[in-house]
Amino acid sequence: MEALGWWGVPLAVLGGAIRGSTPFLFVSLGECLTEKSGRINLGLEGTLVMGAMSGYGVSYLTGSPWLGVLVAGTCGMVLGAVHASICARPRVNDIAVGIALMLFGLGLAFYLGKPFIQPNAPRLPAIPFGWWSESPQVRAALEVNVLFLIGAVLAPGLLWALYNTRWGLAIRAVGDNADAARTMGYAVDRVRLLGTVAGGFLAGIGGSFLSLYYPGSWNEAISSGQGLMAVALVIFARWDPLLCLFAALLFGGAGALGPALQSVGITSGYYLFNAAPYVLTLLLMIATSSTQRTLKGAPSELSVTK
Amino acid sequence: MRLLGGSPRGAAEALTIPAGALAVSLILFGIFVALAGANPLGVYETIYSGAFGSWFSWQNTLQRATPLMLTALCTALPARLGLVVIGAEGALIIGALATVAIASVLPGASHWTVITAMMLAGMSAGGLWVGLAGGLRYYRGVNETISSLLLNYIAIALMNHLVGGPMRDPLVLHRPSSWHVGERNMIGLIPGMDVHWGLVFGVVGCIVTYVLMQHTVFGFAARIVGGNVRAARMAGVPVGRLTLVTCLIAGAAAGLAGTTEIAAVHGRASTSLVVGYGYTGILVAFLARQNPLAVIPVAILLGGIDAAGGLLQRWHDLPDATVHVMRGIIFLVILASEPVYGRLRVFQQSVVAPSNGAVPREAA
Repeated sequence: MEALGWWGVPLAVLGGAIRGSTPFLFVSLGECLTEKSGRINLGLEGTLVMGAMSGYGVSYLTGSPWLGVLVAGTCGMVLGAVHASICARPRVNDIAVGIALMLFGLGLAFYLGKPFIQPNAPRLPAIPFGWWSESPQVRAALEVNVLFLIGAVLAPGLLWALYNTRWGLAIRAVGDNADAARTMGYAVDRVRLLGTVAGGFLAGIGGSFLSLYYPGSWNEAISSGQGLMAVALVIFARWDPLLCLFAALLFGGAGALGPALQSVGITSGYYLFNAAPYVLTLLLMIATSSTQRTLKGAPSELSVTK
Repeated sequence: MRLLGGSPRGAAEALTIPAGALAVSLILFGIFVALAGANPLGVYETIYSGAFGSWFSWQNTLQRATPLMLTALCTALPARLGLVVIGAEGALIIGALATVAIASVLPGASHWTVITAMMLAGMSAGGLWVGLAGGLRYYRGVNETISSLLLNYIAIALMNHLVGGPMRDPLVLHRPSSWHVGERNMIGLIPGMDVHWGLVFGVVGCIVTYVLMQHTVFGFAARIVGGNVRAARMAGVPVGRLTLVTCLIAGAAAGLAGTTEIAAVHGRASTSLVVGYGYTGILVAFLARQNPLAVIPVAILLGGIDAAGGLLQRWHDLPDATVHVMRGIIFLVILASEPVYGRLRVFQQSVVAPSNGAVPREAA
């Protein structure tokens, strides 16, 4: 940090934001898709950790980190399918099912992941956008992992798809008014199943980032709650995939602010910076909620916005 | 019988369906451990003996069930109003921090003064924490599920901040921890048992809130709100005050769990408080179908499964996470069994009794 002095802080925050935001980005895009179809899945925390475990395990066993990413996504799809099929039954509370799946996913990942705590698996590559610079800080900050780039392309892609394709219309119709969608001939439960399965796929990929890129190993404390935070993040982003990208960068950057300030000698309030995204989300909800109407942009079938 | 259903058939239904779901989940779990190469019957036996097989394992089980009873109330009570509160984790932490803080400003006070002060501090801090979510719900229309989830993370960050700085005990090296509340201020064990008094707080808390919700005007009004808010308003029920007071009591229960975790177990606040009691409590509440009295046996059952974890590793060479898988399977199967209520011919009378204590699906 000496060479750059205070300039090192924004640079480190930028690098940290890109790195830290990737799991947020994938989990929140997945949650966004699920919530758009009218269900909330609090189980993505379990999906994330399951993805981290399976991705790492497969990468270790086969030597291919990308195969690990694919398997992580597939595990997420299976957990998503479990969530959707239980929630499709009458009178079942989707929040409770989500928490049950979170605990189940965590348990299963710890159970199956025991043999993978020690060994080293091949990791995902990064693209060195900072090759032109002499400074190691600049190089470190601009080393962008490939999954982030995929997510950054996916976010506007999802936004476009939600508003310009038949699939997108089906998801929004089911999420805004299930009865009307049923009248229009949509199979409500099947659309929600697909929305939750696709959401699980993305969350699983987000998990594989944790074990295959940063922090880059598998252990039982690998997630710091990113899966649950994604729920807040989606609300913060107003159910807009593109805003999810910026919100993920903000959440990731807030996590990177503490360590960056610490490196220039500011150590107090480290953990309070970590709380910033939640305080911000809560203030945003207080400012925009009303007892008279629901949040703007919210799918009106969603239990938590009624 | 009146405790469960309202009619003998209702009570039979309320016992048979969870028991059936439990049996189904045990079969699924048996298949799971069989795939891992273990003998399912042997595993069942080990879990039973590890949880309830001896006086020693019973005490271990009850110890683990204690915080779950109190955190479950944090979800079960607001559920009567149709609210889904998931903020027990945060309320427990805030209650624990308040407990440590109050003990440190009463250095010379007598044992009982400090213990009373700690309990009051934990309960009021936890109560205000969840009360905030309730107030925001009523006055600003902020969804209580999301705000209580956010408050959990704010509480964790606040605790990390305090135990890493202003409240840090520099003598504890292995992890940032707060000051100790003092050995002489610790809540002791129930005479003749290796279980602390927190168990009594938990059981009393469940019974008192059961009476409150089932046998008082307050509870009756709360259930009307849970049934139909608009009808409750028309009938002149003070919805706002009920929401606030219920959330205060709910948070106070979780805050009390924080007090007992500090004053009977850990002595100081640290990340060892963040072990998911709040989230497991949510499921205890749902499995108990939001009935405070049913919370007691459900919490004991889950505490027992937890207690058996170590034995599985020792006797069957299964990872200790096996019990987490088992817990997950039980939760999922019991939640999936919800639609069965009111559908089995055996339990039907000519007039169908309304299922008691379930959260209306659309009410959040």
